[in-house]
Amino acid sequence: MLLSDFLRETLRMTGTHVGCEHGVCGACTIIADGHSIRSCLMFAVQADGLSLQTVEGLGKVSDLHPLQESFREHHALQCGFCTPGMLMTGVDFLDKHPNATDEEIREGLSGNICRCTGYEHIVAAVRSAAARKRETIR
Amino acid sequence: MKPPAFQYLRPNTVSEALDMLAAAGEDAKILAGGQSLVPMLNFRLLKPSALIDINRIGELDFISESETGLRIGALTRHRVTQTSPLIAKHFPVLTAAMDHVAHLAIRNRGTIGGSLSHADPAAELPLLMTLLDAKIRLASRNGSRELSPAEFFQGSLMTALEEGEILTEVELPYLPANTRWGFEEFAQRSGDFAIVAAAVTATLSGEKCDACRIAVIGGEMPIRVPEAEDALAGIVPTAEHIKTAATIASEAAEWNEDLHASRDFRKQLVQTLVARALTAALSPSRPVH
Ligand SMILES: Cc1cc2nc3c(=O)[nH]c(=O)nc-3n(C[C@H](O)[C@H](O)[C@H](O)COP(=O)(O)OP(=O)(O)OC[C@H]3O[C@@H](n4cnc5c(N)ncnc54)[C@H](O)[C@@H]3O)c2cc1C
Ligand code: FES
Ligand code: FES
Repeated sequence: MLLSDFLRETLRMTGTHVGCEHGVCGACTIIADGHSIRSCLMFAVQADGLSLQTVEGLGKVSDLHPLQESFREHHALQCGFCTPGMLMTGVDFLDKHPNATDEEIREGLSGNICRCTGYEHIVAAVRSAAARKRETIR
Repeated sequence: MKPPAFQYLRPNTVSEALDMLAAAGEDAKILAGGQSLVPMLNFRLLKPSALIDINRIGELDFISESETGLRIGALTRHRVTQTSPLIAKHFPVLTAAMDHVAHLAIRNRGTIGGSLSHADPAAELPLLMTLLDAKIRLASRNGSRELSPAEFFQGSLMTALEEGEILTEVELPYLPANTRWGFEEFAQRSGDFAIVAAAVTATLSGEKCDACRIAVIGGEMPIRVPEAEDALAGIVPTAEHIKTAATIASEAAEWNEDLHASRDFRKQLVQTLVARALTAALSPSRPVH
């Protein structure tokens, strides 16, 4: 059983979305042991012993993660289908590239397809979350 | 879009994996990063009887300097290869190429052993192994052997791996001092497979090019172009020489033709990208590796 199906069908945690089931769209991206991965390209059994984070673990409606807050502020979603994958990719990306340029942000998100926003607002949201993160650290 | 049923086996050592592979027979498959294999399973293009998951075999996950070269274990993830200080020190051309391999989440899982065994004709790692004269090491229950890239890559998605064999590591022989490099790729979007890519090295004494290597993907498998390499050896290359070498390279293979690019377009890309990579390698501003 694919990990994406295990999350959605067995655990009933439907925050992780499934688009293409062959690694191309990025909707199913989650974080495993600190790194973003495609949950449609891993079997559930392979996750035994790993620590997983899905969008459900990122923030709550009453207490959003800073990147979620930034997505809200910058109107970085319309239908929301790509959003869980964008967020989980964004979290891993900012972790690895806290000083990313716009070009690097675009490269970092290049594995995630959005059919609605045209990406501009998503890039803006990630850029501003990065700036905010640097502020807090300082 | 769901994988067919299979038996799942998870060895902890190479010798356990080889035993399982031998016992499971010809329909068994190694599962490394799963970034090429699992899509094929989800499409049901393959129906293996068993998957042997090598992800927990720690002894396949290493990068280390030996006397003769840099050894990279088969389970080394693309992200680790991309960010390894040892690789950046000895083979900056490989570091540069890794920026073009897939996307963040794919690089977090995909492995060098998986990429080489899969042998996609548009993949960067087989190109770099061809450029760098990698020694590709395979193991089976009957012992181990070492192949050159030309022996290992046999065609599109075809390699010399035999039943019961696992790719365990590659060793990249160190480059001579004063070697510079160039890497150029044309792909439709960032992180896509290459339509054409060229990788070169040039070993210089002063401005003279003692030896150079030119490797290209865009055909059935990665190739070196010895005739183009010879055209630059022993001279101080000018723009005219570079153009000649690039033209020779563009005529060195039957380039692929598909819906992304015609054969003629690929041929022109080879010419352009080889010329650019050589120009970069021969430019005095490029730091020595
Ligand atoms: C959206 C997307 C974009 C991609 N873009 C690129 C790209 O631009 N460039 C690129 O190069 N690649 C790209 N890839 C492919 C990626 O690099 C894969 O990770 C790689 O080709 C296969 O490595 P893997 O470890 O995932 O192998 P797997 O998928 O696990 O295995 C692939 C094949 O190799 C065999 N195998 C694996 N390891 C061994 C071993 N040690 N010994 C013997 N056989 C073995 C398996 O049995 C299988 O047949 C992309 C993949 C996706 C999903
Ligand atoms: S559903 Fe996993 S990448 Fe599209
Ligand atoms: S918001 Fe609809 S796909 Fe991205």
